[in-house]
Amino acid sequence: MKPMLQVKGLNSWYGESHVLHGVDMTVGEGEMITILGRNGVGKSTTLRTIVGILRERKGQILFDGKDMMNVPLHKTAHAGIGFVPEERGIFATLTVEENLMLPPVVAKGGMSLDEIYELFPNLAERRTSPGTKLSGGEQQMLAMARILRTGVKMLLLDEPTEGLAPVIVQRIGEVLKKLKERGMTVLLVEQNFRFASKIADRFYLMDHGQMVADFPVSELPNQMPMLHKVLGV
Amino acid sequence: MQALFGQLLIGLINGSFYALLSLGLAVIFGLLRVINFAHGAQYMLGAFVAFLLLQYFGIGYWAALIVAPLIVGLLGAVIERTMLSRLYNLDPLYGLLFTFGLALTIEGTFRYLYGASGQPYAPPPLLAGGTNLGFMFLPNYRGWVVVVSLLACLGTWLLIEKTKLGSYLRAATENATLVQVFGVNVPVLLTFTYALGAALAAFAGVLAAPIYQVSPLMGSNMIIVVFAVVVVGGMGSIMGAIVTGYMLGIAEGLTKVFYPEASNIVIFVIMAIVLLLRPAGLFGRDA
Repeated sequence: MKPMLQVKGLNSWYGESHVLHGVDMTVGEGEMITILGRNGVGKSTTLRTIVGILRERKGQILFDGKDMMNVPLHKTAHAGIGFVPEERGIFATLTVEENLMLPPVVAKGGMSLDEIYELFPNLAERRTSPGTKLSGGEQQMLAMARILRTGVKMLLLDEPTEGLAPVIVQRIGEVLKKLKERGMTVLLVEQNFRFASKIADRFYLMDHGQMVADFPVSELPNQMPMLHKVLGV
Repeated sequence: MQALFGQLLIGLINGSFYALLSLGLAVIFGLLRVINFAHGAQYMLGAFVAFLLLQYFGIGYWAALIVAPLIVGLLGAVIERTMLSRLYNLDPLYGLLFTFGLALTIEGTFRYLYGASGQPYAPPPLLAGGTNLGFMFLPNYRGWVVVVSLLACLGTWLLIEKTKLGSYLRAATENATLVQVFGVNVPVLLTFTYALGAALAAFAGVLAAPIYQVSPLMGSNMIIVVFAVVVVGGMGSIMGAIVTGYMLGIAEGLTKVFYPEASNIVIFVIMAIVLLLRPAGLFGRDA
């Protein structure tokens, strides 16, 4: 499989505090990867460092063969990386449709507005409401939908199911499966282990700012004792 | 009766300038989080550019109404790019101090070159004279100022609330980092916003030139009231700045009719009351 994202020896800092201690990972084209790990081990920071929100970073990030370390933040999306933050980042002063249309289209192959409304009928109904008047689940859908329009090749998703009702979680799973069918590469941070085990191809296990294990979904049963130990589930 | 309408008109005229200027301040503060103390100087620069264009190039009022805001806007862009943008990572106080110093420098320079007394600037011949409305006499130029500043406010509001560019501005005001992650060049957006605010101030300056004379101190007289308007309306609220500008202009005019002694302080009294009852301002969102 052609590697889409290669990360080697990635370190990053929040001011004085050293969070990532040499992260190594590879995500193949069209793969769906989930990073597992306890709270505070650096999962979200890994995504934020790859995207470039955290600029205090060292190491190597290759995306689609391109060195991303010196790419300015506003060029990351144009290289083909889309990001859905944990807090979702729906804008209160923008309507649903304005939120949806906000990220510039960076490449062909994104969904059209009609396709998005077909996939998320709730958003179509509420297109003129302020973005933050939506329910938590709808906001998550909106946060994902607006990235799908842009034609990025890879999606970084930070805890998309956090705080959502099971029926909505299931819906998000369906959407992610559809994205996979379209060939989207996805890197997911997820606390909901059951959810992740249903959709991911492969897992990275993170501890103390490093990747400590890496295994495909088929090995999941054998890995359970180790996961129990590291995750404390 | 005559006096009432006369003062109402003056209030409306002053309100037009308050609205245009506080609008620019609100736009700049909303996105850059900079309290632009140079706003009065940029208003004065607009008037002076119009005056100098006429003096040295024979370029008249109508062209100046377009050219002066462009020149001052461009100057604003250069200042933001080369100086102001270096202060964003520091305490907001530095932006305030910088623009305050900038205002003193610009005003001091013009005071040195042209003295403190005003230069006359004639209204365009097309708008000379006045119209008798029956209940009052309306100088044509003043009527024009009210109409065109209302249009400029409305245009700016539409730009920010109804266009794609405006959605970038609003989104970046809420979360600039995320907008940048989406692929929007936010630093350029910041430069544009500062230039837009400066250009609006200059536009108001050109409009004011035939009414108040062109003087190096015209901005510092105006800006103090405008800051009160922004505080009453709520920092960063676009519609709030516009509505409050007109409202306080009219309140000031009415006070001149009924209790002239208080007319100079009425805006500040209103500001104090609003600060006591609603610290976020009439149109501001509570933090």
